[in-house]
Amino acid sequence: MGEPTTKGKTAAPALPSIRGVGEMRHLGLLGALALLVVVGLVTRPENFATASNMVSILSLAATIGVITVGATFVIIGGGIDLSVGAVMALASVWATTLATQSYGPVVMAICAILVGTGAGLVNGWLIAYGRLVPFIATLAMLVAARGLAQRMSDRKTQLIQAENSAIVELSTTRWLGIPLLVYIFALVVVLGWILLNRTTFGRRTYAVGGNPEAARLAGIDVRRHTMLLYALSGLCCGVAAILIMARTTTGSSTHGDLYELDAIAAVIIGGTLLTGGRGTIMGSILGLLIFTLITNLFILNGLNTSDQLIAKGLIIVVAVLLQRRNLKERAP
Amino acid sequence: MLVMKGIVKQFPGVRALDGVDLDVRAGEVHCLLGQNGAGKSTLIKVLAGVHQPDEGTISFNGAEVRPGSPNDAIKLGFATIYQELDLVDGLSVAENIFLGHEHARLGFVNRAAGRRAAREVLERLGHPEIRPSVEVGRLSPAAKQVVSMARALSHDARLIIMDEPSAALAHDEVANLFRIIRELTAQGVAVVYISHRLEEIREIGDRVTVLKDGRTVAVGLPARDTPTTQIVSLMTGRNVEYVFPPRTGRKAGEEVLRVEGLSAPGVFADVSFTVRAGEIVGLAGLVGSGRSEILEAVYGARPFSGRVLLEGRPVRRGVVGTVRRGMGLAPEERKAQALLLDQSVTSNITLGTLPEFARFGWIDRKRERSEAKRLSELLDIRPPDPERPIRTLSGGNQQKAVLARWLLGGRKLLLLDEPTRGVDVGARAELYAVIHDLAERGIGVLLVSSEVPEVLGLADRVLVLREGSVIHEGEAAELDEHRVLDMIMNGRAA
Repeated sequence: MGEPTTKGKTAAPALPSIRGVGEMRHLGLLGALALLVVVGLVTRPENFATASNMVSILSLAATIGVITVGATFVIIGGGIDLSVGAVMALASVWATTLATQSYGPVVMAICAILVGTGAGLVNGWLIAYGRLVPFIATLAMLVAARGLAQRMSDRKTQLIQAENSAIVELSTTRWLGIPLLVYIFALVVVLGWILLNRTTFGRRTYAVGGNPEAARLAGIDVRRHTMLLYALSGLCCGVAAILIMARTTTGSSTHGDLYELDAIAAVIIGGTLLTGGRGTIMGSILGLLIFTLITNLFILNGLNTSDQLIAKGLIIVVAVLLQRRNLKERAP
Repeated sequence: MLVMKGIVKQFPGVRALDGVDLDVRAGEVHCLLGQNGAGKSTLIKVLAGVHQPDEGTISFNGAEVRPGSPNDAIKLGFATIYQELDLVDGLSVAENIFLGHEHARLGFVNRAAGRRAAREVLERLGHPEIRPSVEVGRLSPAAKQVVSMARALSHDARLIIMDEPSAALAHDEVANLFRIIRELTAQGVAVVYISHRLEEIREIGDRVTVLKDGRTVAVGLPARDTPTTQIVSLMTGRNVEYVFPPRTGRKAGEEVLRVEGLSAPGVFADVSFTVRAGEIVGLAGLVGSGRSEILEAVYGARPFSGRVLLEGRPVRRGVVGTVRRGMGLAPEERKAQALLLDQSVTSNITLGTLPEFARFGWIDRKRERSEAKRLSELLDIRPPDPERPIRTLSGGNQQKAVLARWLLGGRKLLLLDEPTRGVDVGARAELYAVIHDLAERGIGVLLVSSEVPEVLGLADRVLVLREGSVIHEGEAAELDEHRVLDMIMNGRAA
């Protein structure tokens, strides 16, 4: 990456750790984000820049955002997780069954996290030790988790009972005018960034995705690490399930439909290579915000959702084309 | 039929071909001999149209030709069968044979015609039992070779170049290969045959051309009657400068590694040896002699039977454990097997011993960087900036980073597979010094190299391998290049 020479020696270029917001590639994403804000201000001056609209953008972004953090790890590690939306739905259903609800909100939250992590472990085990291709293993999980969620809920939307409203309060309680669930999202992003950039786990994720053979011959337990990556993605789905339960006050087998595509798109737009070994959390989050902002602008301007999908498709293509040019410039 | 004169090919930093002459007659098997790096592969690629020569002329049937692309070469009637067969496993035999020139009309493949034509070619090769509709991935290596040859014939090749075709074949399969070659030559096809096995050359070859340092040193020797000593001495005494550090009075210490009866079916058999602390043991042998595979087995990266003991305790399969117990490997394919090209030099150096820089998973980046800096200064890795992406470094400096990786964390045994491959002469001398230095520190070193002088110059003891067996073990000081090469090629324990 065109090394930021301006930053001088202390910036320690090229370590994954400084792949922060300041990088060139991220400047492009920030530029795109700024452009969208300008479009919003010009087309809808009265609605766009309001506090309530900003809050609704962030709340919307929070759920997929948490999933995107997990997806970033999996993709940097050279894999793909298609099951995220379905696993989140399953976690939300499992946590809102009458049986689970009878134990109170804390158990509901723990249940969602355990279900998500468990599904992730199954994915990871199948891929790492069962030698299934990630695409297939997680596709199977997508279908099966969605089915299990339908069966558990009998295809009905499960309301969160009044005595468990603590979950819903994550969305209604505000601190400095911002709902708690946005803070949870922010916390997940920060923890994810630390995990990726400051720990052996993160370093190994880059190694396993960038060159699995080199990682193996350097003594890294590639299989175990691969399994943990999917478990981490599942864990994020569990957290996302809590957020969507808070926002919608329900658990449902229809939650998170096509979230996997949004999450993967956000990661790709953020500059993470689908082939693994390179990428950043910040890029993924910026990619996600761009996506969410587009949705918001289309809704505010009363445009139909089909056009919105077309615009998103174009953005994915343009983003990847731009990155490829970047890569070429960097090649020795 | 084919005459090459004064072929020169210059690569950045290397003159791979420095005036090669070759003349091949119709209907003969012309053998090409030379050590690794003598220029055989480059010469083949010139004929295959992959490389264009900088100087020199190629004429074919009296007319000057310049194969500018692989397609040109095929049109001229040159077919190349590479060591790694370039077949598509998922396609059928017929589809492979006619890949790129299918029997088709308006883009629709006429499968029946393709199969019929494939059957004809296979029958001509004496292999009617290979069914054209079978998927190539299901065939044995020998049958794949036949398919490769069928493809060459389907192009109406007049000149077939075979790069070590017998390397992947069992004994009786080699006999069949020779039968096919004889049939082809009887039809006037010329074959350029590359092999390290002298007895094969004696059996199938008509004439021999010897390459050394990118030059032809002998043209058209009779394959059957030229004495082995003459061939070997033509190949040896290369002008590559090997600058080895002087042998110091280093004393080998305790036994670090003991290997007993190491076997893997079809790869190597009953290999036993020991490595002591501070000792460099070299494995000399051809590609396919099992040398790299032995390293992998010792490292726990490949299944084996027999016993491997590190400091008296048995090694189990799995690299995680062997690294933890103090082994390190610098693999043969540096880029594919050792490096994270996108990452910094620092990340690459600390990759193998990351837990030592971390507490509860949290990396102490200051210590990591200072250690990486210390090591890059120690090994003189240039440019001296450990934060650079490693892809921007030269091959020699990348290799130093791989060695630096295993200077960390108290290594007891290092396995070095072709440590100087793709490294220029100056950097080689530095790497030799580093390897010596490792031994001085009391690390046991097991070294594999295709270059005999390198093994002899670096190692204290040498094991000569041939087809998976140790055929000689002795002090490096008592061997010379000539003798080792003779053993490798003739299979005689001298």
